[in-house]
Amino acid sequence: MPEILYGKTLDELKEWVKELGMPGFTAGQIADWLYKKDIHSIDEMSNLSKKNRELLASKASFGLIPYTTVQESTDGTKKYLFPAGNHKFIEAAMIPDKDRKTLCVSTQVGCKMGCLFCMTGKQGFQGNLSAGEILNQMRSIPEGPEISNIVYMGMGEPLDNLEAVMKSLEILTADWGYGWSPKRITVSTIGIVPAMKQFLEKSDAHLAVSLHSPFDEERKKLMPVQQVYPLKEVLSEIRSWDFGRQRRVSFEYIVFSGLNDTPAHVKELARVLDGIRCRINLIRFHAIPDTPLPSSNDQSVLNMKEALNKKNILTTIRKSRGEDIYAACGLLSTKELVKRENSDF
Amino acid sequence: MGTGIRAIKNLRLFPTPLVWKQELAPEVYVLGFKREEDFLPGQVVGISHSLELEPRLYSIASGNKDESLEILFNVNPEGALTPILGNQNPGNILQLSKPFGSFTLNENRASYWIAAGTGIAPFRSYLRSGLPAPIELIHGGRQLQSFYFQDEFLQKLPSGYVRCCTQEKGENLYEGRLTNYLREHTALQLDANFYLCGSAEMVVEVRDILLAKGVSYQQIIAEIYF
Ligand SMILES: Cc1cc2nc3c(=O)[nH]c(=O)nc-3n(C[C@H](O)[C@H](O)[C@H](O)COP(=O)(O)OP(=O)(O)OC[C@H]3O[C@@H](n4cnc5c(N)ncnc54)[C@H](O)[C@@H]3O)c2cc1C
Ligand code: SF4
Repeated sequence: MPEILYGKTLDELKEWVKELGMPGFTAGQIADWLYKKDIHSIDEMSNLSKKNRELLASKASFGLIPYTTVQESTDGTKKYLFPAGNHKFIEAAMIPDKDRKTLCVSTQVGCKMGCLFCMTGKQGFQGNLSAGEILNQMRSIPEGPEISNIVYMGMGEPLDNLEAVMKSLEILTADWGYGWSPKRITVSTIGIVPAMKQFLEKSDAHLAVSLHSPFDEERKKLMPVQQVYPLKEVLSEIRSWDFGRQRRVSFEYIVFSGLNDTPAHVKELARVLDGIRCRINLIRFHAIPDTPLPSSNDQSVLNMKEALNKKNILTTIRKSRGEDIYAACGLLSTKELVKRENSDF
Repeated sequence: MGTGIRAIKNLRLFPTPLVWKQELAPEVYVLGFKREEDFLPGQVVGISHSLELEPRLYSIASGNKDESLEILFNVNPEGALTPILGNQNPGNILQLSKPFGSFTLNENRASYWIAAGTGIAPFRSYLRSGLPAPIELIHGGRQLQSFYFQDEFLQKLPSGYVRCCTQEKGENLYEGRLTNYLREHTALQLDANFYLCGSAEMVVEVRDILLAKGVSYQQIIAEIYF
C-alpha cells in the first residue's frame, strides 16, 4: 500500500521525508502543497526537485478522493457521497446560509453508539475515517474554498475516532496547514468523557454535546452511552473548563413532542445546566423509518424555546435543512450500501 | 499504540495482581482478580496492562459475592490491549479501575437477556449474584465453543437458555442467527424488559426487531461494546 500524503501532519511528513533521505525542509514544502495550494498530484509540487518528486510518487499517492454522487435540496443544501474503501461510503452535507457555507463532515462509516433516534446508528459500525478522509470531504467538493465553518456532526461519533479527529483539527488550524481559526470549527459528541477531556485539553474548537434528555433513565433509552458516561459526568467535566468567551459549548436537544419537552424537562435542564455558560440548540425531529419516537411539532419546539429562555438559558431553534434529500441532522446513512460481514449473531 | 480511539484517560487505575487465567476457546479468556470492591451486577471495570495505555472497558462476569472478580474477553489481533491481556500470567500486575456503569437489572420486571459473543458477561454476573432468572437468555455465537459458560447456564436455566449458532449444528442448538430466532419467536412476552449486550450491530438490529414486534423502546436496555 502506498503512503497517503493528504491528511499527514507536519510532524508525520518530517518523519517520513527523513526516512526517504530527503532534506527536512521538504516536509514544510509538501505541507504547503497539500493544504494551501490547489493541486491534485505530486508531479505538480514544482519547488521539489524532479528526483524527489519521482521518489515521492514511487512511495506515496497524493490521496484526494473524488465524491461519487451529489444530491441538491430545494433549499440549496448539498449532500455528497464519498467512497471510504472496500465498498464503504460516507456522506457530507454542505449547508449554505446567507454569506456562510457550513460543511457537516463524517468521522466514521456508521457508528457504534446506537442512539435510538439516529439513522447512522441504525447501520452499525463499519470503520474509522483517517484524518485525510475527514478533510477530503472539504477539499474534494467544489465549494471547498468557500467553506466558512466545519461541524463534526455527520456520520459517526467524532470522539470515538479521537486520533484522526485531533489530527484533522491540527491540520485545519495549524499555520502550516489550512490556518483556520478554531472558532470556525465545532466538534459534536454524545459525551465520551475521557476522550472529551483530551479534546478539550488539546484543541480550542467549540464543543457541542448531544443532550436530548436531562433524566438518566430516559436518556439511557435514547442513548446507551449514558450507561457508562452519564450526563452528570459529562457536565462535571464541562464545568471545569472556561466556556462562553473564546470557546463555546452548546447542547443539542432533539425535541420529541410530548416526550422530552414537558415543563419537568425544562425545569431539570435549568437545574443540571446551572452555572454553565452555554446555549441550547433545539432540533426538530425528522421521523426516521420505523421510529418509536414522536416527531416534533413546530408549536412545541417554540414553546420549549420560550420556556428555556424564561429560565435564562440562551436557546435557539436549529433550522432544518436538506430534509428532502435526507441530509438533515441524524438522517445520514449509507446502510443500504453496507455488505454484511461474518458476525457473532 | 495507545493514543487510541477509545481513550479513557483519567479513569483512576489501581495496580491489581492477576490471580488466574483461563482460556475458554481459542483467543477467548477469563481473567480472575481478587474481588476487593462491592459492585452492582452489570457494571464494568476499566483495565490496562500499564498506565501508558488507556484502559478499555470490560463487563464484570462474576457474581457480586464471588471471591474473584472476573472478566471475559476475546483477543482482537489488531487491537492494542487484548493481545497483551491474552499473554498475561497469574502474578502479573494489571491496572484496574473501580467498578462503574449502570447496566443494571430491574428485578421487579420479567426480562429477556440477549447477548452476542462476549456480551454474555454481565448476564453471568446477574445470575451469579442471585438476581431473578430471565424468561430466556438468548446467546448468539458462531460455534459450540462460543457459548461461554454454557455448562453453568444449562444447569441454572434448564428451560430458558437458547444458543443461536451460525456455523455449527448440535443438540439443543438453534441453528441460525439470533436475529432469526427472535423474528421467528411467536411467544415473546412483549411487556417484559429486554436487556441487550454486545456489538452495536447486534443491538441496533435486535432493537429494530423488538420494536417491530411491538415492544416499547422504554423496555429495551442496551449495553454496547463500542
Ligand atoms: C461498556 C463496555 C463494556 C465492554 N465489555 C467488554 C467485555 O466484557 N468483553 C470484551 O471482550 N470486550 C468488552 N468491551 C470492548 C473492549 O472495551 C475493547 O474495546 C476490546 O476488548 C478491544 O480492545 P483492544 O485494545 O484489543 O482493541 P483497540 O485497540 O481498542 O482496537 C479496537 C479496534 O479498533 C481499531 N483501532 C485501534 N486503534 C485505532 C486507530 N488509532 N485508528 C483506527 N482504528 C483503530 C483496531 O484495529 C481494532 O480493530 C466493552 C466495551 C464497552 C464500551
Ligand atoms: S447520534 Fe451520533 S453518536 Fe448517536 S448513533 Fe448517531 S452518529 Fe452515532
